[in-house]
Amino acid sequence: MLKKGLFKKPQNILEGGTNSRAEIPEELCRKCAECNKMLFLGELKENLNVCDQCGYHFALSARERIFITADKNTFKELFVGIKPKNILDFFEYDKKLSSAVQNSKEEESVICGTCKINKIPVCLFVMEGRFMMGSMGTVTGEKITRLFEYALEKSLPVIGFCVSGGARMQEGILSLMQMTKTSAAVKRHSDGGNLYISVLTNPTTGGVTASFAMEGDIIISEPKALICFAGPRVIEQTIKQQLPKGFQKAEFLIEKGFIDLIVERSKLKDYLFKLLSFHTGAKK
Amino acid sequence: MTEAYEKVQLARHKDRPTAKSYIDNIFKDFTELHGDRRFGDDKAIMAGIAWLDKIAVTVIAIEKGSDLQQRVMRNFGSANPEGYRKAMRHFEQAQKFKRPVVCFVDTPGAFCGIGAEERGQGQAIAESITKMVSLKVPVISIIIGEGGSGGALALASGDEVWMMENSIYSVITPEGCASILWKDTSKVKEAANNLKLTAQDLYNLQVVEKVFSEKLPFEKLCQEIKEQLINTLKNSILLTEKELLDKRYEKFRKIGR
Ligand SMILES: [Zn+2]
Repeated sequence: MLKKGLFKKPQNILEGGTNSRAEIPEELCRKCAECNKMLFLGELKENLNVCDQCGYHFALSARERIFITADKNTFKELFVGIKPKNILDFFEYDKKLSSAVQNSKEEESVICGTCKINKIPVCLFVMEGRFMMGSMGTVTGEKITRLFEYALEKSLPVIGFCVSGGARMQEGILSLMQMTKTSAAVKRHSDGGNLYISVLTNPTTGGVTASFAMEGDIIISEPKALICFAGPRVIEQTIKQQLPKGFQKAEFLIEKGFIDLIVERSKLKDYLFKLLSFHTGAKK
Repeated sequence: MTEAYEKVQLARHKDRPTAKSYIDNIFKDFTELHGDRRFGDDKAIMAGIAWLDKIAVTVIAIEKGSDLQQRVMRNFGSANPEGYRKAMRHFEQAQKFKRPVVCFVDTPGAFCGIGAEERGQGQAIAESITKMVSLKVPVISIIIGEGGSGGALALASGDEVWMMENSIYSVITPEGCASILWKDTSKVKEAANNLKLTAQDLYNLQVVEKVFSEKLPFEKLCQEIKEQLINTLKNSILLTEKELLDKRYEKFRKIGR
């Protein structure tokens, strides 16, 4: 189990000693999207952004994810400084990119690197949902491809955390091509006898689902994550009927046989370690 | 310059030749083989074996249907996961019998519906891409009408991708793009221009290797495609397996490097 209080910030005056919850300013609270409980941001963070009443998993930033996944001080970022450009001169893409950089404080929708998980060395990629909804542009595809190539060269397993709205429209066909590019790199890594565990988080959709997200030797999902190719709204518009409750959620996918495991956030690192250790013994 | 949206309309035109017409004109003795051995037989994807001159080839095609009844039967060229799984079965057989593969792509996109999602549309496309990009025999894809996103890419991840002059290939439909960008589907023209989805755009972006002029009569065009297929496949056959696979890897690897 992960220790509580990992994200604990220095206490401020507002945080300390208040008894009456009703008086707490709204910016210190967040309503659970699932059960509507008002959750204190501080407590929510301590609980790894999971609702303590219903277990709803809120999004984590990529850096937070790395923080709770990698052994302390072991994460070394790779491929820094490759930045997306408006290659096709697409309408307002420059503007969208700069606000994405501002929102996420990241250069692209994925962060790659190496780290250790309970002392086992791995390659790690983590998508950033706040960067244009984790959409895959050419740089996203390039970084993930490079990571699989690097992992193949070093015979390292890859662990990938997915969250994505799919291929990025603003880079047109070049984004679509990243699906093949990444898949080809995943395949080469796989043919080298290396392990790839993909972890799907809410939401994983479109071209990412239809490429590396679904190509893991082992596919894990967080509870209740939406995992789909076509999004529920698009389907409802197409077939003009409402979708059944829970459709395209992780629990639905595991029933249909498309994912291996659903693991709650607090147990994820333990599971990753357990699965990794099955694959490290025979190699040396 | 022709507006991109005119190309979109041409690519979708109901009188446009569908995959079947190309197959009939390019190959001999096309023998269709049905089913994915897992769920059913998706009529949106036709697969079989045929003669390309003196070479036995596997042919896989997304067929839209040439009249309304056919189009309904073919689900308007939108494949379900079982369609891609049928294609994968034929990829594997082609590899086993060392037959080159020729794919025809003409789809508004992979089918979007309850059954398609239940049966793993995303997984099926991902697996088809992976199988195709690592296939140990030559594989060429020809986009003859619409190349709709992942549903097209699942059959267009081979050695070369060719396009008809008035075909399109895009990450999203111009309608979808317009509704996301401007919340206004009447802005399809702007969307089409922005997406760079015409055969000429894609050739300039080095995503496709050849564009065929459609000014020729259809039979002549098919003859031209046939000759190009024979030439290209003859050259591919000279490559070692590793050279073939490295070349294909590099084709996609260089995009956005
Ligand atoms: Zn809750």
